[in-house]
Amino acid sequence: MGKTQGRTLSEKVWDEHVVRSTAGEPDLLYIDLHLIHEVTSPQAFDGLRLAGRQVRRPDLTLATEDHNVPTLDWDKPIADPVSRTQVETLRKNAEEFGVRLHPLGDIDQGIVHVVGPQLGLTQPGMTIVCGDSHTSTHGAFGAIAFGIGTSEVEHVLATQTLTQAKPKTMAVTVNGSLPDGVTAKDLVLNLIAHTGTGGGQGYIVEYRGQAIEELSMEGRMTICNMSIEWGAKAGMIAPDQTTFDYIEGRKEAPKGADWDAAVAHWKTLRTDDDATFDKEIVLDASTMTPFVTWGTNPGQGVPLGASVPAPADFEDEQDQIACEKALTYMGLEAGTPMREVKVDTVFVGSCTNGRIEDLRLAAEVIKGRKVAADTRLLVVPGSVRVRLQAEDEGLDVIFKEAGAEWRGAGCSMCLGMNPDTLTPGERSASTSNRNFEGRQGKGGRTHLVSIPVAAATAVRGTLSSPADLEPVQA
Amino acid sequence: MDKFTTHTGVGVPLKRSNVDTDQIIPAVYLKRVTRTGFEDGLFAAWRNDPEFVLNNEAYAQGTVLVAGPDFGTGSSREHAVWALQNYGFKAVISARFADIFRGNSGKAGLLAAQVDEKVVQKLWTLLEDQPGAEITVDLEARVVRAGSGDDAIEESFQIDDYTRWRLLEGLDDIGITLGHADDIDAFEKTRPSFKPVTL
Ligand code: SF4
Repeated sequence: MGKTQGRTLSEKVWDEHVVRSTAGEPDLLYIDLHLIHEVTSPQAFDGLRLAGRQVRRPDLTLATEDHNVPTLDWDKPIADPVSRTQVETLRKNAEEFGVRLHPLGDIDQGIVHVVGPQLGLTQPGMTIVCGDSHTSTHGAFGAIAFGIGTSEVEHVLATQTLTQAKPKTMAVTVNGSLPDGVTAKDLVLNLIAHTGTGGGQGYIVEYRGQAIEELSMEGRMTICNMSIEWGAKAGMIAPDQTTFDYIEGRKEAPKGADWDAAVAHWKTLRTDDDATFDKEIVLDASTMTPFVTWGTNPGQGVPLGASVPAPADFEDEQDQIACEKALTYMGLEAGTPMREVKVDTVFVGSCTNGRIEDLRLAAEVIKGRKVAADTRLLVVPGSVRVRLQAEDEGLDVIFKEAGAEWRGAGCSMCLGMNPDTLTPGERSASTSNRNFEGRQGKGGRTHLVSIPVAAATAVRGTLSSPADLEPVQA
Repeated sequence: MDKFTTHTGVGVPLKRSNVDTDQIIPAVYLKRVTRTGFEDGLFAAWRNDPEFVLNNEAYAQGTVLVAGPDFGTGSSREHAVWALQNYGFKAVISARFADIFRGNSGKAGLLAAQVDEKVVQKLWTLLEDQPGAEITVDLEARVVRAGSGDDAIEESFQIDDYTRWRLLEGLDDIGITLGHADDIDAFEKTRPSFKPVTL
């Protein structure tokens, strides 16, 4: 790289965190924030204990309970003994190593990727890691954020660094504006269908362009959240006024002179005009429509107005086989209009779509309507604060009056580690991020959808958008 | 971590692409707080199927998995690597690995050997023609070997130099990094004061 060559956003943030760089070895990267939860950390703390090591920077570490916690009766002891053991192990480890923990019942408990931004801990230009692949969510703030395995969790605990080979860079430019009723979720499902689940492999992706700039922080988080679903190492969006406004005043945000210094620095975190990316993709937002998945990976999606594809619609032989397998698993017949697919359960929640803005949008569609007779709607706020805020705004009443279940905070049916699961053959429309076989419960069939589609589907009982609903009687 | 130089063992043809970590080990099996005992969850959803490859006696003792492209996509759960290791696998051969899975494998000592898609096809053919056939994964030479005579397969595989070196030496990552504690101390002194802390 010549001296005059500009740098991309990700290169700037990366360079700021290199502790040690040697030819032929991966860089040693400093980690600004390490997020922890009960499922992927016990073995890491165990490793520390076995080797007689300490947590180097407990003050850059934050733990919360989210993956397997119940969303009903959360004030009682956890019924499932294994979940209880994991949660108790996290509590013991946090105490022993001096790590801040937001346990069940705490006002700041919630999904780790909802809690970080909400506290103001997620800030531009940081490096953030967590033993969870959707750590990419935090990239929405212009941070390099990615998921790590448990050995890496142990490595960060012991050293506050990670050895990392520098990924390649990619730009996804989304021109134009999203039409009304089309959300960030539709945009990203569109993108993944376009690239395939492996399209981002080896890249840190920067999302840019008019449609991205126009998104709220919640929408940006939804996009970055799903970066991993097309294989990217991380997703990022350059910080701007929307970002600063979101952070300002939050509990852990910089204050006073620190705030000014921080913002001055954050403003430099933009890709230089003369920087080049290793790869570029350009999309047009203005032609996008609500998008839903029909298959068993997030790349198997179509517009809501389309029909279930047939294996013969694909050129590649592997894709044909994958399509056939997915149709069998999903119990779908090629050619069926997506709008005729009947859904048993609608799940609104997860770190993809479980923030306050998401709940507001869902409530707007549900208000004055009823959940269809043999459909159930589960609304699970991403954090306790989201739940309380929603209750302040009366959203819980709207959901309950419509016949929905209003729950406590956590990952819940996103991965079915707690009691919220699908039964074999049960079909869901889910605002989460993964439709893998069995993800929401063994034999469960998942369609990934946006918030408006989820809400409209709950009302009609088949995959739908708000445009399909009868107007509410005054 | 044990040193990995070369390994020979029964090859298992897993003729599927996009095997995500939810397939390798479903979430319900993740609830242990130890690093062992995950073998019962390995490919749990498929193990009930009598046709599934590991239910075939010839492959049941396999230690080298030969899988379709995009192996290990999805969740970052390292339990996927432990489950493979707990079952007895020493190496996975595929045309493409998900990044996190590849990283986790290197750290835990499971060899993720990347080969051309054609090599996977050849190995599958061999393993199906001769169930129970062995594959040698030679990390020193970066070569996969299997079969004999006319059908003999000898192909190179890819793995990055750093991971290879660590596997060959059996080096613990944290120990290596703690050797650079001075660099970390120096770096911490330069961090801006506006960066957030949790305590
Ligand atoms: S909500 Fe789902 S994707 Fe997000 S952290 Fe929880 S389990 Fe992972």
